[in-house]
Amino acid sequence: MKWETVIGIEIHAELKTKSKIFCGCPTDFGGDVNKQTCPICLGLPGSLPRLNKEVVNLAIKAGLALNCKINNVSKMDRKNYFYADLPKAYQISQYDYPVCTGGYVDIDLDGEKKRIRINRIHIEEDPGKLIHLQDEPFTLVDYNRSGVALIEIVTEADLRSPLEAVQYAKTIKSILEYENISDCRMEEGSLRCDANISIREHGDARLNTKVELKNINSFKELQKALEKEESRQRELYDFNESYKVIQETRRWDSSKGRTISMRKKEDAHDYRYFAEPDIPKLVVDDETIRQIEETLTELPSDKKARFIEDYKLTEKEAEILVGEKSLADYFEEVIKFGLSPKLIANWVLGDLMKLLKVQDTNIGSIPIKAQDISELLKLIEKGDISGKIAKDVLEEMFNTGKEPTIIIEEKGLKQISQGNVLEVIVDTVLEGNIKSIEDYKAGKEQALTFLMGQVMKETKGQANPVMAKEMLLNKIKIV
Amino acid sequence: MKIDQMTMEDIRSGLDTKKFTAKELVQSVYKKISEVEDQVEAYITLSEEEAYKKAEEIDTAIEQGEVLGPLAGIPIAIKDNICTEGIKTTCASKMLEDFIPPYDATVVKKLKDAGAIIIGKTNMDEFAMGSSTENSAFKVTKNPWRLDRVPGGSSGGSAAAVAAGMAFMALGSDTGGSIRQPAAFCGVVGLKPTYGLVSRYGLVAFASSLDQIGPITKSVKDCALTLDVIHGFDPKDGTTKSVKNATSYLNEIEKGIEGLRIAIPREFFPSTLDSQITNEIMESMFMLKGLGATIDEISLPITEEGLSAYYIISSAEASSNLGRFDGIKYGYRSDEYEDIEELVLNARTEGFGKETKRRIMLGTYTLTSGYYDAYYNRAQKVREKIKQQFNDIFKKYDLIISPTSPVLPFPIGEKIGNPLDMYLSDIYTISANLTGLPAISLPCGFCMEGLPIGLQIIGGPFSESKILRAAYALEQELGLGNGVAVIKEAKR
Ligand SMILES: [Zn+2]
Repeated sequence: MKWETVIGIEIHAELKTKSKIFCGCPTDFGGDVNKQTCPICLGLPGSLPRLNKEVVNLAIKAGLALNCKINNVSKMDRKNYFYADLPKAYQISQYDYPVCTGGYVDIDLDGEKKRIRINRIHIEEDPGKLIHLQDEPFTLVDYNRSGVALIEIVTEADLRSPLEAVQYAKTIKSILEYENISDCRMEEGSLRCDANISIREHGDARLNTKVELKNINSFKELQKALEKEESRQRELYDFNESYKVIQETRRWDSSKGRTISMRKKEDAHDYRYFAEPDIPKLVVDDETIRQIEETLTELPSDKKARFIEDYKLTEKEAEILVGEKSLADYFEEVIKFGLSPKLIANWVLGDLMKLLKVQDTNIGSIPIKAQDISELLKLIEKGDISGKIAKDVLEEMFNTGKEPTIIIEEKGLKQISQGNVLEVIVDTVLEGNIKSIEDYKAGKEQALTFLMGQVMKETKGQANPVMAKEMLLNKIKIV
Repeated sequence: MKIDQMTMEDIRSGLDTKKFTAKELVQSVYKKISEVEDQVEAYITLSEEEAYKKAEEIDTAIEQGEVLGPLAGIPIAIKDNICTEGIKTTCASKMLEDFIPPYDATVVKKLKDAGAIIIGKTNMDEFAMGSSTENSAFKVTKNPWRLDRVPGGSSGGSAAAVAAGMAFMALGSDTGGSIRQPAAFCGVVGLKPTYGLVSRYGLVAFASSLDQIGPITKSVKDCALTLDVIHGFDPKDGTTKSVKNATSYLNEIEKGIEGLRIAIPREFFPSTLDSQITNEIMESMFMLKGLGATIDEISLPITEEGLSAYYIISSAEASSNLGRFDGIKYGYRSDEYEDIEELVLNARTEGFGKETKRRIMLGTYTLTSGYYDAYYNRAQKVREKIKQQFNDIFKKYDLIISPTSPVLPFPIGEKIGNPLDMYLSDIYTISANLTGLPAISLPCGFCMEGLPIGLQIIGGPFSESKILRAAYALEQELGLGNGVAVIKEAKR
């Protein structure tokens, strides 16, 4: 039987606000346990939430970036349930009137565009964090996260494979980063995914029983979890019609590499939603929406198209550069110094990326100024250093932040282009390798490569290769 | 004049003219408490140390000729569901028996800044749920006029403290009549301001969309003076509003009522109503007419539907607001539990009283999917309908006058076993909460048994000034208030 996978994704993104959603407590990650708290985010009796305006503005910005309708009137609701990390025993969220509805985002699938519909974006608060101690009969609670502002972006069930799901999540991440809406640090939990997955026979229009996968915090895990759940469901359907998938919430255990049931539908929560009486309706006028729209920057998809068009980059090159906003910004900064975009792209995507990967860091935290890398590329173009030496210089720049000319000066790496200096070396090499000269004359091309190698060895790679080769050929003819 | 019969106005002038010091005042209040508190049982916590400290501060300030706040030196009491930094705030519940808030409610902060001296925290129905102050986990407050009668609820402790001369003003909270009904029962003045006029920050929430803090005082003037201090926009409470041209309520109070259009809803005077209540209210009506107001009888149906809507909405919100009391972070924790579920279950089973549990269950049920539309949603529609009715009336009239309570202070224990009967005693007061409108109760006379009868004045949104003017005019005409309200020695 041919199966089709149907996936919907909910992305929780922590908003980049200085303070929490309902109080003035800071949102910095990793502070001392329970120190970033106050009566409001601890839900102490008598305390009242006060909605942070910045939260609403960022949610609207996210909605605009994802082509949503921004609702002039929305409201906050209470989602009631008991959990030790939820100080008020309810979470303030948005239920039937969220701030944004009905948008879409285009994702790129090997050059093919696919439109994924966004159902809604709503605002809510994060609960605290439970710390389960191993071999101890108790659990500790840290409320530093309690009241951190989140948006939840919910898709329609438009995704058809784990890969599409990952591509979608990556696209959202990059848009949120581009628009400065969220840090999207998955390892710190500032971006989390829940996924709904079901499978059905190809051509079937109705949705089958779905399973919800909770709290996945990396793209790799998202893909693995979905693939595993996809095959689990297929096996169930293939095995026997009666072994139907049941509607439940499952948790992804990355160490075991499988999904584990958390709760069945039978004991699914009844959240007893009702309108939050402590917070007045959220009213946003068109003028405010327009002002927020003005703060939107170029989206990654638009930037990619521009890079291909203006800089004549390949699809792949543009995609990698655009994938991280800071990388794209860096690239365009270097361009300002008047070099060929193609050359810059080669260096940024090649050697610089390699160094970033090896050192496991990102472009934002390296000390190489755009001006310095353009300087380095100009030195190559002028023939002052060879491409090979430039690689070493780049690494040195990466490690020390020094300017390229200073490194070249200090290490004496400047290319030998003076004819007289080079001539002496070429003569020495030829004198010591008479056999190779004969080989070359007898038609063995490799002999010339060997001789070039010797010249480079003698000059520690500093010989200007073009000049050296020309000189060798001239002298062989004379000899 | 004996100190315990003074109004806040008398005290301010007494302090200013150095007839007595703030310290002497505080001493006399605690002396009075030592005499009658055993019988009245109005307080849960007394804060003597803080009170004397504050009194000394005030006395020093007076000596140095500093400009004092409008309530400087006045001994007051606070209902025990309003947070006071460093002083226990129990909500009359075992659940919060040892809870000491690390912060002051906005109203408390404002009162302190104005120079008021907090004498203690008053008894109430647990989490403000009740109409008789019999639902406290700690004690049953008695009506100072007759100790075998309830003081009303849920701010019964506050009303009794003022009526018995154990405080010159006490804050209460009013969710369905919890300031006005005990004020009526205890023969004092109680105001529920417009929803949003006074900050709720620091009030332990019962039903957030209905709750409002207000003063209970001996006189209408004292009520206006307190409102001047506690009202206003609070950045900590998103539902508060700043009132335009908010001049002093006190300054407006003597402007008279010439030309005010007053409506009397005939439905509030059914033939079953105690004739003493009807007579006293009618007498007051004629006085108001004599002072230049116009009076019209109107129809304002009071239906059981409204009462049901009130109990559904307030219980729904209460079930959510009280969810935080889970025995984990603060307050009561059961000794017996195996896992976290049992911990929460046992803490709530043992920590909450009967009435509180009844309302949590009712509220949880009415919010459950499947019942939501039949109960909660419908209740909200009824609420809208009632709002519309009042809107229409206030297009034509300035004020509505009615009895505060359909019953006189009833004997302790009489209604406690019959919650539905108890709920009916709020039937005249709940509308103001459902609509968010301001309403005051003031004493308008006494029945044969010497028990006070309360009169309620309801006004349009933010019309406190008008309400206070009418109440003041009536109070003057009746010769009550201004310290005249006689506090009888409690009977042994
Ligand atoms: Zn906080």
